[in-house]
Amino acid sequence: MGTYIIRRFFLMLLTLFGISVLVFTMLRLVPGNIADIVFNAAGMIDVAEKAKLEKELGLDRSIPVQYVEWISGLARGDLGYSYVSEKPAIKEILPRIPITAKLAGLALLFAVTFGVPFGVISAVKQNTTLDYVLRVVSLSGLSLPSFWLGLLILMAFVAYFGAIPIYTDPPKGFWNTLWLFSIPAVAVGFRSSALVMRLTRSSMLEVLRQDYIRTARAKGASAQTVNYRHALRNALLPVVTVIGIEAAFLMGGLIVTETVFNIPGVARFLVEAIRWRDYPIVQNLVMFIAVVAVSINFLIDLLYAVLDPRIRYAS
Amino acid sequence: MSIVDLPVTTEKAGRPESVWSSILYHLGAHPLGSIGAAIMAVFVFCAVFADFITAYGPTATDSAARLLHPDAGHVLGTDQMGRDIFSRIIYGARISLAVGLGSTFLGSLFGVALGLTSGYLGGWVDLVIQRVIDVLQSVPLLVLALVMAAALGPALDNTIVAISIPLIPYTARVIRSNTLALREQPFVEAARAVGMSEFRIAVRHVLPNTIAPLIVIATAQLGAAILTEASLSFLGLGVPEPHPSWGRMLSESAAEYVRTAPWLVIFPGLAISLAVFGTNLFGDALRDILDPRLRD
Repeated sequence: MGTYIIRRFFLMLLTLFGISVLVFTMLRLVPGNIADIVFNAAGMIDVAEKAKLEKELGLDRSIPVQYVEWISGLARGDLGYSYVSEKPAIKEILPRIPITAKLAGLALLFAVTFGVPFGVISAVKQNTTLDYVLRVVSLSGLSLPSFWLGLLILMAFVAYFGAIPIYTDPPKGFWNTLWLFSIPAVAVGFRSSALVMRLTRSSMLEVLRQDYIRTARAKGASAQTVNYRHALRNALLPVVTVIGIEAAFLMGGLIVTETVFNIPGVARFLVEAIRWRDYPIVQNLVMFIAVVAVSINFLIDLLYAVLDPRIRYAS
Repeated sequence: MSIVDLPVTTEKAGRPESVWSSILYHLGAHPLGSIGAAIMAVFVFCAVFADFITAYGPTATDSAARLLHPDAGHVLGTDQMGRDIFSRIIYGARISLAVGLGSTFLGSLFGVALGLTSGYLGGWVDLVIQRVIDVLQSVPLLVLALVMAAALGPALDNTIVAISIPLIPYTARVIRSNTLALREQPFVEAARAVGMSEFRIAVRHVLPNTIAPLIVIATAQLGAAILTEASLSFLGLGVPEPHPSWGRMLSESAAEYVRTAPWLVIFPGLAISLAVFGTNLFGDALRDILDPRLRD
């Protein structure tokens, strides 16, 4: 177990290093940098001025030097300055994280509370009308773009309340925050709940076919006991993994949903930074997202090893 | 997921003989999959015959016909520039299909190449490729596509490339695990015994046996690719003007027209959802047919 954790941890560091190189080089491939954008926008053509700006921003140095500076800065907790606002990048990023974290947490909660029970029902009632309905609903959950779902929700708000929820000022009070964030969380979480449901269903079906389930039935255990005490407990293992991966990958849904609802979180900020070629923000944000994703996967792997003795002994 | 981990055979004793009766057999056995296939057929039909279906050009503006409600003249209404929504949606199917098929094809091509090399050669090649796959897989799909799209610049072919990159790792993983299993099969040993080169064995004997799982993944990825294109274009970083992209139609209209012109929001979104829903239904049925382990 100990060597497994250490090995896994070093693999994680290696992956993060790879991501940093990938993101850094990709952003340097972009035709035109921030200096070009500023100059085009202002209609300026003075080459000397532009060179001065590039020097100020450190864009005149070679790419490897820029990379080393970035990484050593990261190690010191210095993320550089935003090109656009000229404030330290960390001050731009940090306050936006809790907003996105709340939204992601609620979306996951939504996904689990609906996904797991409906998945179990669908499996236990396999090939009934109810199963078909649930499967079609879950498949539609995977087909609706979350930004469209968000727009439909906004439309419903206009129809019933005559106004749309506003997020530009942070909501006050626990219940108000919960209510306001639940709305976009549904738009983000619907897809995840569909995914969790499908996986719970197939995992349950797999387990229900096992010999020990037949044994439990043969011993006269009630359907309730077999389904929940025996089957669900074992079926949840792969579901836990998917919930972990989903937690890390909710980002896609968060990006478009924060844009639709105008929520000032990190996800929308990433899109803005990409549009502005604000390198320090983009590379640090993508790195942050990757760290979150990779760490969650790491924790899930450990949890899996704890939950499933077969993995523990194999290593 | 381990759904497609093992080599797959599609032949079964007692099945109808001809291709057509076999297709009919499967259509009857998978009603949901048939609906999916029908939706996909309509989708492809619209993309191919867009010129004949529509009365207006997808980019033709008409300042006298701005923001018209859906009626007999414009079945789905018009947008803020007087463009016919129905025509734009029909032509949009072309963009969606082009990006969906293009990026799935590219992603599969690289995924298969990497997976086959990794699984067949093993050793340090496998180790290196696996680490690269790890890296690609650790960044959420849309985030990687966004950064890629921004790096390459807004153009139709760049969007295809940007979306294909995040699709590579999953295909590579599945093909690798299939190749690992196939490598130990007797027919590979037989081919080696008759003196066939390793490259030839990999391409002529191992590769064809990974087709079934590849089809399953590619269908699933087609839906994901269409959705990602819509998201990128919605964020303004995907397919640029003047192409009528469904996602872009929503970004132009978005929050502004939620109150005043709901048809601008409803119909393009419906088109995206239906197209993806169709491929998902079809993909599910295909997986059931091609993967015997899931068959009841």
